[in-house]
Amino acid sequence: MPRAARPSLPPAPDGSRPVIDWVWIVDHLDDLAARTIQHLYLAGLAVGVGFVLSFGLALWAVRQRAVYAPITAITGVLYTIPSLAMFAALVPVTGLSIWTAQVPLILYTLLIFLRNIVAGFDAVPREVVEAADGMGYTRAQRLWRVELPLAVPLIVAGVRLASVSTIGLVTITGTLGDRFGGLGFFIFEGYRRGFPTEIFAGAVPSIALAITVDLLLVWVQRRITPWARPARRVAMVAAEAAT
Amino acid sequence: MELVAETLAWLTEGANWTGSGGIPNRIIEHLALSGVSLVLAFAIAFPAGVVIGHTRRAANVAVNVANLARAVPSLALIGLVVPLTAAADPELGFKVYPTVIAMVVLGVPPILVNTYTGVSDIDRELVESARGMGMTGAQTLTRVELPLALPVLVGGVRSAAVQIIATATLGAIFGGGGLGRFLVEGIAQNDAGKIFGGVVLVAGLALLAEGAFALAERALTSPGLRVQRKAWDPRLAPATNAPPT
Repeated sequence: MPRAARPSLPPAPDGSRPVIDWVWIVDHLDDLAARTIQHLYLAGLAVGVGFVLSFGLALWAVRQRAVYAPITAITGVLYTIPSLAMFAALVPVTGLSIWTAQVPLILYTLLIFLRNIVAGFDAVPREVVEAADGMGYTRAQRLWRVELPLAVPLIVAGVRLASVSTIGLVTITGTLGDRFGGLGFFIFEGYRRGFPTEIFAGAVPSIALAITVDLLLVWVQRRITPWARPARRVAMVAAEAAT
Repeated sequence: MELVAETLAWLTEGANWTGSGGIPNRIIEHLALSGVSLVLAFAIAFPAGVVIGHTRRAANVAVNVANLARAVPSLALIGLVVPLTAAADPELGFKVYPTVIAMVVLGVPPILVNTYTGVSDIDRELVESARGMGMTGAQTLTRVELPLALPVLVGGVRSAAVQIIATATLGAIFGGGGLGRFLVEGIAQNDAGKIFGGVVLVAGLALLAEGAFALAERALTSPGLRVQRKAWDPRLAPATNAPPT
């Protein structure tokens, strides 16, 4: 769809131009939908790949405790590097490609997943593990049928944190060009064209997407761990009583 | 190897170390923007966290709001503020205010939550002993609660500082100063040396800040608490903070 040229920011003091150009938004609903899908695709791919990698690393760390501290130290350093620098660092290496967008997104999820998966396994009571051994479970059976289900609450908490932060980081991939960025594309293009409506059209849905996914995963977390609910209610009552 | 040579060439080029667009000036800009924002975030979050932690009122609301604020993407937050502040001031409203506002908004949650957690997680028996010894509320706070909460509190400031330094980098996308400029300009000019030089500087600053706060955290921990801390390595706890964006 061709885009009409717009006057630049800030709006004229006589208020002749509306702050939000609703006509532009209605005209570009298809673009907004396409960018939302791209946003979810870029975030989902990174979270998925990050989860698989982290799960492998976590299983390794759970079996061989000695590797855990060095892995968290390395992922911790990666975690501290500002995202714009991480994306920029790959530009000279992999160019303005999907790799440059995906590798930092995946790397940022590693520490979150790793810590939460390992903490999840650590939270499994020793007696339960021993009971499983006593019932004759093999190591693999114990892992899949006993330890993993009990580790689920903390793992889902990790998925939630990783998803929300990745959704935020996807907007920054817009710096790698118009092929990326998801909804962040509109923030970059709107700024280049000095067109506030387009900036809002990128910023507001990005924030809404992050918060929606966050709330959705809270709901999932509750649904798949029904045993945690009664305890939660008691804790809430206790908290209310204390205030 | 070519990349290393180009980066070293850019970092050692004399012209890159002078003027308003030089490395020293960009470092000062970055630190000034981050420092002001961190102080503002602290000024808002610390008193609020202390009151909530001490009185244990409105804790659920505050923690939930803070967690929701953590979910907000920083670039989107800057973008949201740009048109508003640009209308008020066409120069600083673009380059400075939106980034500073975003930095303060993103710096508040970790400080608030950690201050609150630090103060409210203190063993009730200690607080009751203080009261039993005749301490007033203010004395309990300054002599018992705050010293015990200090390591957790500094941990919150550390998360906020790393987040703020990362967000200051993003300000360059909207024409702001700071080290992010080298990244944005390097990508636009396809200058690998400049990009990597910028990466080294930005990453170095973030890691230095993280390290400095980690040392402060250790130094400010009361000797009596240090023994317990050995058994509990914070790096091994489940992640609760989103990465810097």
